[in-house]
Amino acid sequence: MRRVYPNKDFCIGCHICELACLTAHSESKDLIIAVREEQASGLRPCKAVYEKGPVCVSLSCRHCENPSCVTACISGALYKDEESGKTKYDESQCVGCWSCLMACPFGAIRRNPSKGKIIKCDLCEGRDKPACVEACPNAALSYEDR
Amino acid sequence: MTYVIVGNGVASVGAIEGIRKLDKEGNIVVVSEENTPTYGRPLISYFLAGKIGLDRMSLRPDGYYEKNNVELKLGSRVVGLDTGSKTLALSNGESVSYDKLLLATGGVPFMPPIKGLEGPGIYNFTTLAHAEILLDIAQNIRNVVVIGGGLIGLKAAEGLFDNGLKVTIVELGPRVLSAAFDDVAGKMVSRRLETEGLGIRCGSTVEEVLRGPSGGINGVRLASGEIIACEAVVVAIGVVPSLTPAKEAGLNIRRGIKVDEFLHTSAEDVYAAGDVAEAYDMITDDVRVTPIWPNAYSQGYYAGMNMTGKKHEKHPGGLAMNAISFYGLPTASLGMVNPAPEEDCEICTYADEEKQTYRKLVFRNDRLVGYVLVGDIDFAGLYTGFVRFQLPLSDEIKQELKDGRPSALLWPEHDFETRWTPDHE
Amino acid sequence: MLFKPISQNFNDFVIDRDKERCINCEVCVRQCSYEAHFWDDARQCVNHDNTKCVGCHRCEALCPTGCLTIKKNPADFRDNALWTPTYMKYLYKQGDTGGILLSGMGSPSAKPIYWDNLQLDASQVTNPSIDPLREPMELRTYLGSKPDNVEVEQTPDGPKLKTKIGPQVKLEYPMMFSAMSFGSINFNLHKAMAMAATELGIVYNTGEGGLHPTLYKYGANTIVQVASGRFGVHKDYLNAGAAIEIKVGQGAKPGIGGHLPGEKIDEEVSKTRMVPVGSDAISPAPHHDIYSIEDLLQLIYALKEATEYRVPVSVKIAAVHNAPAIASGIVRAGADIVVIDGFRGGTGAAPTMIRDNVGIPVELALAQVDNRLRDEGIRNWASLVVAGGTRCSADVIKAIALGADAVYIATAALVAVGCTLCGRCYTGKCPWGIATNEARLKKRQNPEIAAKRLTNLVRAWGHEIQEMLGGMGLNSIESLRGNRDKLRGIGLNEVELDILGVKHAGR
Repeated sequence: MRRVYPNKDFCIGCHICELACLTAHSESKDLIIAVREEQASGLRPCKAVYEKGPVCVSLSCRHCENPSCVTACISGALYKDEESGKTKYDESQCVGCWSCLMACPFGAIRRNPSKGKIIKCDLCEGRDKPACVEACPNAALSYEDR
Repeated sequence: MTYVIVGNGVASVGAIEGIRKLDKEGNIVVVSEENTPTYGRPLISYFLAGKIGLDRMSLRPDGYYEKNNVELKLGSRVVGLDTGSKTLALSNGESVSYDKLLLATGGVPFMPPIKGLEGPGIYNFTTLAHAEILLDIAQNIRNVVVIGGGLIGLKAAEGLFDNGLKVTIVELGPRVLSAAFDDVAGKMVSRRLETEGLGIRCGSTVEEVLRGPSGGINGVRLASGEIIACEAVVVAIGVVPSLTPAKEAGLNIRRGIKVDEFLHTSAEDVYAAGDVAEAYDMITDDVRVTPIWPNAYSQGYYAGMNMTGKKHEKHPGGLAMNAISFYGLPTASLGMVNPAPEEDCEICTYADEEKQTYRKLVFRNDRLVGYVLVGDIDFAGLYTGFVRFQLPLSDEIKQELKDGRPSALLWPEHDFETRWTPDHE
Repeated sequence: MLFKPISQNFNDFVIDRDKERCINCEVCVRQCSYEAHFWDDARQCVNHDNTKCVGCHRCEALCPTGCLTIKKNPADFRDNALWTPTYMKYLYKQGDTGGILLSGMGSPSAKPIYWDNLQLDASQVTNPSIDPLREPMELRTYLGSKPDNVEVEQTPDGPKLKTKIGPQVKLEYPMMFSAMSFGSINFNLHKAMAMAATELGIVYNTGEGGLHPTLYKYGANTIVQVASGRFGVHKDYLNAGAAIEIKVGQGAKPGIGGHLPGEKIDEEVSKTRMVPVGSDAISPAPHHDIYSIEDLLQLIYALKEATEYRVPVSVKIAAVHNAPAIASGIVRAGADIVVIDGFRGGTGAAPTMIRDNVGIPVELALAQVDNRLRDEGIRNWASLVVAGGTRCSADVIKAIALGADAVYIATAALVAVGCTLCGRCYTGKCPWGIATNEARLKKRQNPEIAAKRLTNLVRAWGHEIQEMLGGMGLNSIESLRGNRDKLRGIGLNEVELDILGVKHAGR
């Protein structure tokens, strides 16, 4: 199964991946509208860039083989999809308890406070290649099967 | 190969998924005394509060049992276990044979010896059935007392309050949530609830439940002498492992059914998982009952895998964790939160009264062993990583955590390369 | 501007931000290494300081909404053919600093570019064109000393070459990546050049910063340079490459030595160069053991001995007045390759006055050196390579037609990986991650991506060269070398045409 692998040797900390993620998950698919209007109603990127001195890296859900979030989910909203191998999220089942956010040891789940639901990478369902991988100007994110 | 699982809670689901990962052919039989297929037990709080309906209670999609080839025997209580002949006796007279057995019977509410407790009007809050009953009576009564200020008690109180009742919580300890949280966090939650309009009495116990001539409840009398009028009482002091039929079958039991690191009990081919099991805890480094949702699933999963015989993997150990929100105030706590003095832990707290946020970190031997977060829980997961993987902390890294800036880049290089970026799992 | 000395307000560039499209994402703030963009806390938006803009276009290139345009400062000085704004700003700067003016990259001055005044021939009717897609087209060339004549002997297995030919550098394309020291540019680019050179079957030059241990494995595609500072020179180094180059001069700054500012010397540069971290690395102007042509001969042969005559030795000089005589001497001193670096050559840091005013155009120097060596009957003793301001494949072809065996490219390679010629290489803050060793900046050049771009560049030029060769009815680079008749001058005077050895168009 293909996942997004980060390379912290070549991440330049530009945060363009976060913007691409935001655009890909927006209604308008327009970066300017996504930032100015859709963020106000809770749209957030699933990617987060972490920095420590000169080193930086962009991380998002690992789609673990044995996800801690699925283990912790009290409503079955998070589940492992047998076919694709992805860790999927059904927003309609979610009650916003934040158990998954706490349980994920990689900190990959965030809150969407205005919706009371979570934000988690879905490997850009419907796209050939995740938006973050496509937008990275320095090939610091790769989409591969290891 | 026939696998029999007693109980259809989340440990049972974990076991089904653990078994089916390795064995697609073997028969799985699930025996449960409840009448519904597996549901998200913690969701009963949301159900009582009217936030979700019965249609959202299911933990797995329709057809789950069929898809996984599981025979489900609902409404069936296990009355006897013969580990010699490897059979279970059910309440309806049926006998079920097993090759491998998993006891995932969970816990039952603990009923304290309070004068006047016997009789109508006393309720618990651990199952969907309990929640349905409470939702029903809530339409007809005005006042209720909840005994117990732990997680279950507070959630019951919240749910009943949301149905328009006047609620008073009576808690023995000096604060609510004494097990999961500390003083500061406990008080923040109390204040939130009191602001909403719930009544809280800490450091109190109910001495007697007062009943009228027809047997109905009039109120309760506290040890202080105060009398609180109410028409119903919810007992939410805690749960104890449901030890039937393990006890009678002679399994090794202390508080719960004792299991080794493979979730195997003292009886051959019998496993236990979930709230009923007494297993290794990775933070306290001892054996205890850890009645926590993710633990139950995880134990069930490992038990399931080990039952197939195709894998023989040690469970990494239980880890206490709770994420609960109280009227918009999110909280998270994990690991060792109130260390005893002899544990020799370093405790670091940060509170912002105005923003209603609180952070407590507990360090032991240069590792993070527990945390409490109130209000600002966004980085909870990152702290969890440090606890779960017991990552070594230099002074510099510790300071970053104390300042509220946890990050995967603070992981040791090796851990980042192998755990975060696996070549394969 | 408040708190700035007057002269710093005559900035060359202004940042034009389209507020309609700016989403305050701060990509520009993070990417600008000159700190021209910043987060304005008071106004809660991104803002900028034009006086810090050097016109590198990094922000413009990465802005996700394309809201930035870098423009020349529209504030105009009065038209003056003599006192141009460039000269005036030099004076303001020197009034401020009292120091010499420093520049990065090659001379931008408006002096004649002979490539632009030479046109190529094409076949028409007789001597038909050759289609490179159908016929084999030989771009391969060998650099090294060629014998005066060859003897062939007949053997039972067929004819065999009897004459022993000296060591050669085999190039699949008549191009090489020119010397850019490890320190002036960073390791990522050296790695990229090594990878690209290996992939293409050409070579790259280490420059005077030594060779990083992890790049020894690309040795077969490396020319190791021995410069006046002898940085990084040791026995293993000499034996690591496919050729050794003695750097006597550099086109951008003939007559003076090299200078790598201490800021650009980190742990790795220090180890490879064999100098202390943070201290300036100064290369002296002359090699202090070369004061005559005989001294050069001695060094050339010392290097040959040290490498057991396995690799050719090259000598690089700057294109100056007496280039032909010097070249002749060098060839007679035993050099297998002579490199002529013109005044347009790039540099990480050079005094502006010297960069713009010293040295002659490489086109003229090349033509004259080629003539001189032919006249003396020693043209085959060494290959000729030109460097300094080759911008496109047409320039390469013209250079070969004028007499070169191959061309060194450096500025073109850097532009291919992102350089925008802002010329601030000496600050060590290159925002494109090229001329910097700062940890957070140098990773902006991912060697995999850079190697791909460099490979693409050379292959693209290779195809174009094939097309132009085919267009002239030639199917081999060898047929073009020194073939002045394929060139015609336009807009050149008699003297220039004479020096170039080229007829005027129409004749």
